[in-house]
Amino acid sequence: MFEPVLTRNIHRPNSEKIYTYLAHGGYEAVRLALKKSPEELIDMVKRSGLRGRGGAGFPAGKKWEYMPKDPRIPKIVAVNTDEGEPGTFKDRELVERDPHQVIEGVIIASYTVGARRAYVYIRGEFFLGVKRWIKAIADAYEHGFLGKNILGSGFDLEMSVHRGAGAYICGEETAMLESLEGKPGNPRLKPPYPAQVGLFGLPTLVHNIETLACIPHIILRGPEWFASIGTAESKGPKIFSVSGHVNKPGNYELPLGTTLREIIYEHAGGIRGGKKLKAVIPGGASTPVLTAEHLDVPMAFETLAAVGSQLGTGAIIVMDETTCMVEVARRLTKFFAHESCGRCVPCRLGSRRLYEILERIECGQGKPADLNLALELAQGIDGTTFCPMGSALVNPARSTIKQFREEYEYHLTYKRCLAGNTHSG
Amino acid sequence: MTNKMITLTIDGIQVTVPEGTNIVDAAKKAGIDIPVFCYHPKMKPVGMCRMCLVEVGRPVVDRNTGEFVRNEDGSLKIQFNPKLETGCTTLVSEGMVVINTSDKVKRGRKDILEFLLTSHPLDCPICDKGGECPLQNLTMAHGPGTSRFLFDEKKHLLKHYPLGELIYLDQERCIQCGRCIRFQEELVDDPVIGFSQRGRSLQIVTFSEPGFDSIFSGNTTDICPVGALTTADFRFGARPWELNAAASICQQCAVGCNLTLNVRREAAAGGKVVIKRVMPRQNEWVNEIWICDKGRFGYHYTEAPERLTQPLIRKEGELVPVSWEEALGFVAERFRQAGKGLLTLASGRLSNEDLFNLRKLSEGLGGKIALYTQMSGGEQVMQVGLAKESNLAELGQGDAILVIASDLHQEAPIWWLRVKQAAERGATLIVAHPRPTRLEKFAKHVLRYRYGDEAGLLLAMLNSLSAKRPALPERVSTLWRDDQVQAAAKAFAEAQNAVIFFGNEGVGLQASQALAQACLNLLLATNHAGRPNNGLIPVWQRPNDQGAWELGWRPLPNLDEAISQANAIYVVACDPAGDNPTLPLTPDFLVVQDLFLTATAKLAHVVLPALPFTEREGSLVNGERRVQRYYPAVPPRPSARADFTITGQLGKLLGIDLEDRLASKVMLRIAAEVPAFSGITYTALAYAPEQWPIIGREDLYYGGTTYENKQGIGVQLPNALQQGEQVTLTWPSLAQATEINGGLLAVPVTKLYDSGSTLVHSKLLDQRRVAAVLWIHPDEAAAHAVQEGDLVHLQFGEASAMATAILDKTVPQGVILLPRSAGIPLLEPCAAQLKVVERSYER
Repeated sequence: MFEPVLTRNIHRPNSEKIYTYLAHGGYEAVRLALKKSPEELIDMVKRSGLRGRGGAGFPAGKKWEYMPKDPRIPKIVAVNTDEGEPGTFKDRELVERDPHQVIEGVIIASYTVGARRAYVYIRGEFFLGVKRWIKAIADAYEHGFLGKNILGSGFDLEMSVHRGAGAYICGEETAMLESLEGKPGNPRLKPPYPAQVGLFGLPTLVHNIETLACIPHIILRGPEWFASIGTAESKGPKIFSVSGHVNKPGNYELPLGTTLREIIYEHAGGIRGGKKLKAVIPGGASTPVLTAEHLDVPMAFETLAAVGSQLGTGAIIVMDETTCMVEVARRLTKFFAHESCGRCVPCRLGSRRLYEILERIECGQGKPADLNLALELAQGIDGTTFCPMGSALVNPARSTIKQFREEYEYHLTYKRCLAGNTHSG
Repeated sequence: MTNKMITLTIDGIQVTVPEGTNIVDAAKKAGIDIPVFCYHPKMKPVGMCRMCLVEVGRPVVDRNTGEFVRNEDGSLKIQFNPKLETGCTTLVSEGMVVINTSDKVKRGRKDILEFLLTSHPLDCPICDKGGECPLQNLTMAHGPGTSRFLFDEKKHLLKHYPLGELIYLDQERCIQCGRCIRFQEELVDDPVIGFSQRGRSLQIVTFSEPGFDSIFSGNTTDICPVGALTTADFRFGARPWELNAAASICQQCAVGCNLTLNVRREAAAGGKVVIKRVMPRQNEWVNEIWICDKGRFGYHYTEAPERLTQPLIRKEGELVPVSWEEALGFVAERFRQAGKGLLTLASGRLSNEDLFNLRKLSEGLGGKIALYTQMSGGEQVMQVGLAKESNLAELGQGDAILVIASDLHQEAPIWWLRVKQAAERGATLIVAHPRPTRLEKFAKHVLRYRYGDEAGLLLAMLNSLSAKRPALPERVSTLWRDDQVQAAAKAFAEAQNAVIFFGNEGVGLQASQALAQACLNLLLATNHAGRPNNGLIPVWQRPNDQGAWELGWRPLPNLDEAISQANAIYVVACDPAGDNPTLPLTPDFLVVQDLFLTATAKLAHVVLPALPFTEREGSLVNGERRVQRYYPAVPPRPSARADFTITGQLGKLLGIDLEDRLASKVMLRIAAEVPAFSGITYTALAYAPEQWPIIGREDLYYGGTTYENKQGIGVQLPNALQQGEQVTLTWPSLAQATEINGGLLAVPVTKLYDSGSTLVHSKLLDQRRVAAVLWIHPDEAAAHAVQEGDLVHLQFGEASAMATAILDKTVPQGVILLPRSAGIPLLEPCAAQLKVVERSYER
């Protein structure tokens, strides 16, 4: 049985309180880290093999290394808690149940890259999360973990919370920076990357909070321990948010590389009502759908990529045999069309057109040519958009057509659903 | 910017461009058009429309050696990005290979266009842009012939949404490229429009009151790549292909923006040819591709029904229409009788040819000439004016610009824009003005002085730079010790190139002479004269004031006296009686030659109808001393004649040899006689080299097809230094401060939208026109018991006026500001007494 790392405290009573955190070894990693040099810390993170948990899986150590070294340049750490990917609810758990673990990670990251200012960007709908973030930061100040001269080290760090206003795209790092600056959340042109020009024009280290939560453990238990968990290219523990037609939906912390089968059947209690599994989205709404054939694929960056999907945020959406895949694609595409910032043409208009085609097919008004049209449309959007959202938004449609083409054809031919669902609008 | 050059290959064509160039521009240099919607070479690329997607390959670099990897045949090994890249946001790199014509690229473009068209109304048959629309053109070139999507799914939105009273938005046509928003933010610092909502609901809205409150708003309609933004003036006015184009020069200020006048013969105008719209014409040395809204919408006076149509002679107290023959014969006879007693009063609204003929006529009769103006200093400009071969766009890092006594934003908007841009490129901007102006935001040094101390301030700057410090009047005697003055002077002196703009806000005719001399001294002493990108630029009020000075016209220090001594006065293109009702304008014989029956014309014995610039040709000299020619755009009204023609015909009757038919032939005479004009011909003025950015061709950086300049960029005059003459420092005598006598100093200020005779006929601008108001500091208002909105009686000398009070903290103490050409007869700063007549209780 894998012993939880990131979620080890969350089931304790008052787990969000600083005294609970302190009672279980909290803030020890900061004491240790502040005695080390930034180079040592970067080296540790690099050796740990930690990759970003926000979806893209960029090596954390490399990101730290890209930050300019000149101490005269002010730097910023921006913490991404804008968890908006449908199916994902791991960040919410962390911030609501164990915010100090993340704060500790932020302090260490800030010290390492030389940032004296950290901003937490949190999804506006996380009302409890916002409250707990604010309280946790205030408590950390009170205990001398934030503010001037942290633990007598001479290192200063100020930290504050900024609430988002409800836009999926603000989870994209540059859109989040724009939003933090008080502007509409539109992605920025890259390069320059945030490590060069980030928040308010300053070099900025942007991390998902799960990534930051890993940091204290790497410091305390060593990079080798961390690297011993997981697969060749995907190291460490990972919180998998399992939702959909399972008996026990919820967050499960397991080593990267755990198979889908193990997660769904052993941890999440199998399919509800003993039904057959039809489809799995392995990494949140934007990742391509997989089928029952893929149950033995390990949940890791490289293995999922090999089967044409992505680890994403590790949010597993399970669908049983009663699910209409056309409806799944339609609803997810509707989400993306709604969330498009509208700046670039393929995403703004393409997403809408794609949605309309799927709606047509689902309602039984589709034409035979619509299937290829949808695929061609997806091809026209993928790779031509300003930000990665374009590639993301076509995944539900494209992957369901690829894996469940017969369902679409059934809809087109018989004007109703193969899975027996009635259209729910 | 580095000077490093990068060589790359685009569609097999090798091209070498400076480092930092993007792929779209590099391709343009190679003669290849990469289609764009959101990209505009005058603005930062944003990569939003995705139209410029190209395949980009870069040479593979060996990580160990840092060298390019080569194929067996010695060619560079190129690795292509699997994704298409946007040409506008991708900078060129050495050895890059760009493919603009592959199937992948074609497909990408086809998709983008198809996407755009699924939300575009395709109402081309009734769209103003139809015929010169980038979306239309690029669809023809790159788009699919048919759409795979349903027409019913198009969005239905507002078709006539007024962003303001000048600019309308068609929300359906908008493709959300954001060019207009970026133009307003980046270029003209009026961020009054922006995107609202997101995704497919993204729409352009205005934040300002009044809507779209920017004096540059019309430019957004030009750069709009679809028919989404249209001007209230032109929308639904004509189809672009019905329009003929004539090159012209704006007559509203001394910048001399190059224009294209689009004209059409139309039934609604009784079969006459009329002007349908005014568009900027590219001249990268003058206005680049922009014009202000005054230039765009202010042309209506040229076709106003109030224009004079026939010569008039006063008979039994009434002005009655007569034939040209009778009028000219009568005038010639009276002028002959007047001889030396003839005074010719003309303004810089006239062309060089008009002014030359007028001077020759007067000289032939032995009479006097006088330039009608409130600002002096043209001689200094002839000596050290902006040197030949200058371009304000070249000023940047290491250079300095000093602007004194002028609110450029209101007086010469395009200069404001160009100065702002120079400051953004790194030029040190010094703004000296008694009150805050829009330019200060971009200034490194702001010098605040009291009205009347303009020349003193510049001399103090000079004093701070040298050990020899000639004594200055008491008010400015210690100014040279001021830290800010010293810092500004030092920055100015150390600049590689430096330019001074001087205006006449708070400066009378006499004092402006001293100001110009002080400018000259500062430029000369700091070695900023006589070489390109250095010199003096006067912010004249009229388009050809500088031309008048070049051709020998000077203002008279005492106009009243000259007028009272003259037997006959020939008033051309000015309205002295309108400007100053107390002027004793009662000579034996008064001839007025103008477009309108002005206040002066109403007093005249003979009135001669002239032609506006749109109906004739001519040339002007702008503040940068660039001679530019304008062409006839519409046929002249039958019984009106060009000024130089009227004068020429009078000359004929008087036996004075003048050219009266062709403006180009008058120019030949000017060139032969005036050294600075030597070599200038109409052919030389029509020289039009290729300019960068290239605005025409397939991709149409700019909507509109009439921007291209094929009719000439004009010729800059060499200044005296460049002609090898000696220019020496002379110490100007500074005028005494105006006696106030318990009142306040009334200062006339120029506002862009006034009620001058060349603007009042543009009804579209009525809402933005400045009224007869007075701006006063709240403290000063309290001291004089004036409240906001009060109707105040103003007495200055013998003249008086009524104005509504506006309390404004930016007005200096001891001063009231009054708008020019708004019904208040104040030409020069003078003491004023205030009395509240009526209090407004409406709040």
